[in-house]
Amino acid sequence: MRTAIVDDVIDVESLLAEVERDSNGATVLFMGTVRDQNNGRPVTGIEYACYGPMAARELSSICTEAAERFATLDIVVEHRVGHLVVGEASVAIAVAHARRGSAYEASRYIIEQIKRRLPIWKREEYTDGTREWVDPTAVAVVGPES
Amino acid sequence: MHLSADAVALAAALVHDQVSSMTVTALLFASYADVLQRESIEIALPNGATVRDVVAHVRAMPGGDILPPSPLVAVNQEYARPDAVLASGDEIAIIPPVAGG
Repeated sequence: MRTAIVDDVIDVESLLAEVERDSNGATVLFMGTVRDQNNGRPVTGIEYACYGPMAARELSSICTEAAERFATLDIVVEHRVGHLVVGEASVAIAVAHARRGSAYEASRYIIEQIKRRLPIWKREEYTDGTREWVDPTAVAVVGPES
Repeated sequence: MHLSADAVALAAALVHDQVSSMTVTALLFASYADVLQRESIEIALPNGATVRDVVAHVRAMPGGDILPPSPLVAVNQEYARPDAVLASGDEIAIIPPVAGG
């Protein structure tokens, strides 16, 4: 199991290699990527900021919980901070398990806890040159938030 | 009026407890740091102060009303309740709505 807050491109191939084991029958890779719009506004990039020491600690706690709940130590998670452009991965979660059900569930657990607890913030940059901190608790003006 | 030595000592201890203070550091991030124009604030508080007191202090500053009345708060990197009692040197992070992932 390994977790990290990184400030460079996430190498998903190396994450997959780290969780590889002959006893695993399923590997799930989740990637969160910067999309080109949010709530109908065209997005060109996102600046991710974090409370570094706590983010590292909280991400580690989340993965330890997942390892205990779903009985696998083959979990590697990296969350990127700094400036990202459209299409780049902000988070990658690799989970391997003997069975696919647990691999999917562990991956889902980790991303949902990240969304709830990880002290990371993002400032979206729009095509008109403006930028704004995203408040996921605010009501979406246009379209559904995912 | 005659007070016993014990009573005098107790009164002195109570007075000392009321007037002595501690210093904690509040950390601000993202929109909170932008609006308050700083990333950390040293705050002197009386002994026994809680997370709620730090939040009230920051909310009373210019721009402080960007904070909700009960924001998410971490003390020394762990999420804490509003009534958590603080110690001198504690690091109190006032956490805006998180947006990781």
